Amino acid sequence: MKRYIDIYLSMMKLSILEQWQYPLANYFYMIGMIAEPVIYMVVWSTVAMQQGGMVGGYTPGEFAAYYIVWTLVRSMNVVFTPYGWEWRIREGQLSMSLMRPIHPLHADVAFFAGWKVVVILLWLPLAFALTLIFKPELNPTLLEMIVFFFAIWFAYLIRTMTLTLIGMVTFWTTRVSALFELYFAAELILSGRLVPLSLMPEWIQSFAWFFPFRWAFGFPIESLVGNMPLNELLIGLGMQIAWIIVGIIFVNIIWKIAIRKFSAVGG
Amino acid sequence: MPSVISLQKLAKHYQVPEREAGLKAAAKGLFKRQYKNVKAVDEISFEIQPGEVVGFLGPNGAGKTTTLKMLSGLLHPTSGSASVLDFEPARRSHDFLRQITLVMGNRNQLSWDLPALDSFDLQRAIYSIPADEFKRTRDAFIEILEVGDLVQKPIRNLSLGERMKMEIVGALLHRPKILFLDEPTLGLDVTMQKRIRTFIAEYNKRYGATVLLTSHYMADVEALCKRIIVIHHGKLLFDGNLSQLAEKFSAFKTIGFTLENPATDLSQFGEVVSTDGSRIVMRVPKEKTSAVTSRLLNDLSVEDLTVEAAPIEDVIESVFAVKKEAVE
Repeated sequence: MKRYIDIYLSMMKLSILEQWQYPLANYFYMIGMIAEPVIYMVVWSTVAMQQGGMVGGYTPGEFAAYYIVWTLVRSMNVVFTPYGWEWRIREGQLSMSLMRPIHPLHADVAFFAGWKVVVILLWLPLAFALTLIFKPELNPTLLEMIVFFFAIWFAYLIRTMTLTLIGMVTFWTTRVSALFELYFAAELILSGRLVPLSLMPEWIQSFAWFFPFRWAFGFPIESLVGNMPLNELLIGLGMQIAWIIVGIIFVNIIWKIAIRKFSAVGG
Repeated sequence: MPSVISLQKLAKHYQVPEREAGLKAAAKGLFKRQYKNVKAVDEISFEIQPGEVVGFLGPNGAGKTTTLKMLSGLLHPTSGSASVLDFEPARRSHDFLRQITLVMGNRNQLSWDLPALDSFDLQRAIYSIPADEFKRTRDAFIEILEVGDLVQKPIRNLSLGERMKMEIVGALLHRPKILFLDEPTLGLDVTMQKRIRTFIAEYNKRYGATVLLTSHYMADVEALCKRIIVIHHGKLLFDGNLSQLAEKFSAFKTIGFTLENPATDLSQFGEVVSTDGSRIVMRVPKEKTSAVTSRLLNDLSVEDLTVEAAPIEDVIESVFAVKKEAVE
């Protein structure tokens, strides 16, 4: 355990140092990323105002809160993508990772966790600016803030597992981007990324409950802005943990099969 | 002494899709794919003793890298078995990976944007190297390779040779017992090649490590390896020392001598390879060496006559020229 803590801290340190090499690039990336929620925010606030100040239970201020928190959750959702898997196999980087006495997944989780530290620090002034412009209605309790803290890290782990599973398809075919696009389309609808899930038809909400997307995106936001009762917060965290465990089990099973298929094509 | 690396009929076959060029063939390939079975490594066997430095030679596509990848646990063999330090490499146990390293001349594992010192620290954590041992080893390697002024510069700002030195330091910090070196001097200038060769020799001497080295630079092989294994078309072609290799594969020997009258016509004796003033180097068929030497001494006024095996580059060229059918 001590060894893994040392590895995680060292890898996170390396990642933070790397990201600080390019603070401007990181900032522009984040600024580019907020264009999407700002559009959603403006559209839904306009709809709310046209419908007497509220739509689906959300006021313009609550939409603002939802989408400002969205920006942080979206940043926490950034993980090693299947495109990255394609690259690491093609360029022979996976071969070098496999030579280390540690599962490459640990390196990915630790590296991106380090990146998140930088992302959160860069996000704070952006969130402040968005707050001044859009005036969100956000009054979380201490409990909600604690749940939110865990929920965004659990969300990060869920998305890491799901995209690792898709990424591992590259052991069979070196092109996996089409599958990722399909995943991305489902995620857009079933996660709460496009609109809060409570605005979706009842059957989509029920459907979304059984997929990881909501627990990796919508739930963390709702835990902070949705005034959820304690039991729903706990169920949400429980579902996240369950998806992480399921993800780890599947990643391990597929990994054992996939590694036998590895042909080290890139070197 | 028990061997540390042992291969028994080790083989790796690939199913490679193939089709004719053009749209019609591409459309046909959608419904019925054709595959070709490629024997990258074809039942090779050899053993390596602790502390040996072995040159693993072969032309491009001979199966060298595939073999190294199987021995380092990256690839699962199709058949046969391999044992490294009594481990089965394909299982990739952490205890096994802690005792080996694979350095590939065109691959890197250090962070591109950071000074090597930061990446070295990550190696310390990954290989659980005690802090004082890590510092001692790191500083010793930095001194031997004379890179003290480079370790604080981002890797991206270093030359190819400087980067390679850093990669080697990073790959050896955990003091592996087995080194698989795949073209470690690829693309480097002569001085840099020599520095890296000296370092590998020093590491082997200091820690008694076993080294399996592939290189297209014969200077690497001559300087480091007493034993040579040659692989061609996936099959083992030769396993022995360098002089035996020349004996077996070279059809020629070189005769060097100083001639009193350099203008003499030598075509009846053999092929003149080079002339430097009165110093002549001539290539003659191996079986005629004694006869030609006697005739040169009897018929001409020659001094300082030496008979040598053909240069290693020429020998290797003859080995690589062996046709596929000849090794099957």
